[in-house]
Amino acid sequence: MNTPAFIMFLGIVFVTLIITYYASKKTKNASEFYTAGGGLTGWQNGLAIAGDYMSAASFLGIAGAVALTGFDGFFYSIGFLVAYLVVLYLVAEPLRNLGKYTFADMIASRFDAKKVRGFAAMNTVTISIFYMIAQLVGAGALIKLLLGLSYTTSVLIVGVLMTVYVIFGGMHATSWVQIIKAVLLMGGTLVISIIVFSKFNWSITDMFAQMKTATPLKESFLNPGVKYKIGLDTISLNMGLVLGTAGLPHILVRFFTVKDAKTARSSVVYATWVIGIFYVMTIFLGFGAAAFVGNSSIVAANPAGNMAAPLLAKALGGDMLFAFISAVAFATILAVVAGLVLTAASAFAHDFYNEILRKGKATEKQQVSMARWAAIGVSVISIILALGAQSLNVAFLVSLAFAVAASANLPVIIYTIYWRRFNTTGAVWAMVVGLISAIGLVAIGPSVISPEAGKAIFVGNPIFPYTTPGILSIPLGFLAGYLGTLFSSQKADVKKYEEVLVKSNTGIGLANNR
Amino acid sequence: MEARKTKTVSENDYSSIAQSPSFQALLSEKKKFIIPVTIFFFCFYFALPILTSYSTVLNHKFIGSITWAWVFAFLQFIMTWGLCMLYSKKAAKFDELANQVVEERGIS
Repeated sequence: MNTPAFIMFLGIVFVTLIITYYASKKTKNASEFYTAGGGLTGWQNGLAIAGDYMSAASFLGIAGAVALTGFDGFFYSIGFLVAYLVVLYLVAEPLRNLGKYTFADMIASRFDAKKVRGFAAMNTVTISIFYMIAQLVGAGALIKLLLGLSYTTSVLIVGVLMTVYVIFGGMHATSWVQIIKAVLLMGGTLVISIIVFSKFNWSITDMFAQMKTATPLKESFLNPGVKYKIGLDTISLNMGLVLGTAGLPHILVRFFTVKDAKTARSSVVYATWVIGIFYVMTIFLGFGAAAFVGNSSIVAANPAGNMAAPLLAKALGGDMLFAFISAVAFATILAVVAGLVLTAASAFAHDFYNEILRKGKATEKQQVSMARWAAIGVSVISIILALGAQSLNVAFLVSLAFAVAASANLPVIIYTIYWRRFNTTGAVWAMVVGLISAIGLVAIGPSVISPEAGKAIFVGNPIFPYTTPGILSIPLGFLAGYLGTLFSSQKADVKKYEEVLVKSNTGIGLANNR
Repeated sequence: MEARKTKTVSENDYSSIAQSPSFQALLSEKKKFIIPVTIFFFCFYFALPILTSYSTVLNHKFIGSITWAWVFAFLQFIMTWGLCMLYSKKAAKFDELANQVVEERGIS
């Protein structure tokens, strides 16, 4: 047991529970629960987006990937950031203007059909749970390593905390946990980066020169192609990364926590600065870990490299810095899983229960109570799945969530906002085909079927050759939306599209959350 | 508490707003900006994995041991921040045009 780490973990638990206590007093109705009343400012929401987004995969995963594979690991940083241009230019403002609580609201603003809302909610729950399993598996490994608790106990601790934040504090607590986490993560990463930079004599050229000899990869560490050797596989990965963010439900719901499109826009801009600066620093984390911890120690702690950042902190600053960075990683995971539980619970309670089962007539009290039960349900399912997924690679699960989001959600979002002829059949086809093709291609791909025993679930030759499905499943999602629209006998509702066009571009008729 | 949009807008109002010259002007201004920039950033972004996968030009040295691949990677960050700032600036103009549409209709 690492005593400073234990104390800092307790500190984080204590502070987040205090936040939850104060947030619970404000969480009286559905709007407060789902969107914090839409009252966040641009910079608050910008930090919360950053806190929601920079997950265990970003902090632990990318640091490890850069440390072990050099340039190829950095692809994640680039894709995760450039993705915000898609969010800013194409999605954020129309989404805020058309929706109220969930991403399904936005689709339903054009197609008032239960099945459209139902499929949108199903995609939200599926993507969020995939994403959550990845975070829980990461959390379990981290706490096990630091505090010596068993994997099961570790997952349960995180699972209980995330449920408590959401059922008592709703979006208020979730947002503030994310904001504090973003500040902690940026601070911790900055400290490590500065120490690493000082060790390279404050010289970028020195740093690159030393990296040529610091790892077993030698010079090829600095060149692309260490991990991704098949061209189309690399492009598939990059498609999922850059297009996935704009379809991730837990990121999309953050835009409903601000009052209008203008604030949604400024929050994306703040988030992009924070996230971009963080991803630049992943170079220092990765290079530092490769140089000062060493390839063999990183792999010994975790074969996927997930412990590179905490080990680097230990090598640079001893037990105290190690404890601090580990606590930051713990906070990182808590903030992300809270956002995911809330998003999945909102989709269930708002879309399935209130809009579909109760035809929008549930009282505020019934809605909040259903959302709380849904949060418990989502947590229990995720915890059970995470307990069975211990051996799965964290980065694989997250990239799967991104690819599913890009394939199942992005086409329907883009068509709803921008395509005049789009209709309900097209919307359903796009969502179903996107979801099934993304998951199906992973199931028959090398992450599940591998010729090497022990590397994947089944032994054999993968039917689909690429590790991520994006290159095929994203075009399939778009194509299905297009064909579904053309083959359907429905006529395009021009009046409805004009309404959507006016609302999304001017904010007229904005669903006000207060 | 912010102002509520109290006046209700009917379906026909939306059609007439959609067809009004001021709204059409807003749409065409947005299209003229958003479509070319979006095409640009997708091309710029995918140029990196395409070049690293199918050529070795980016493995040449820039300064010291820093190769062009890293320079191009860093330029992706600069592009993202730059286009964010550009969007904010342009969006201020779109807001003005959108306000005109709203004011013409007398919707508070």
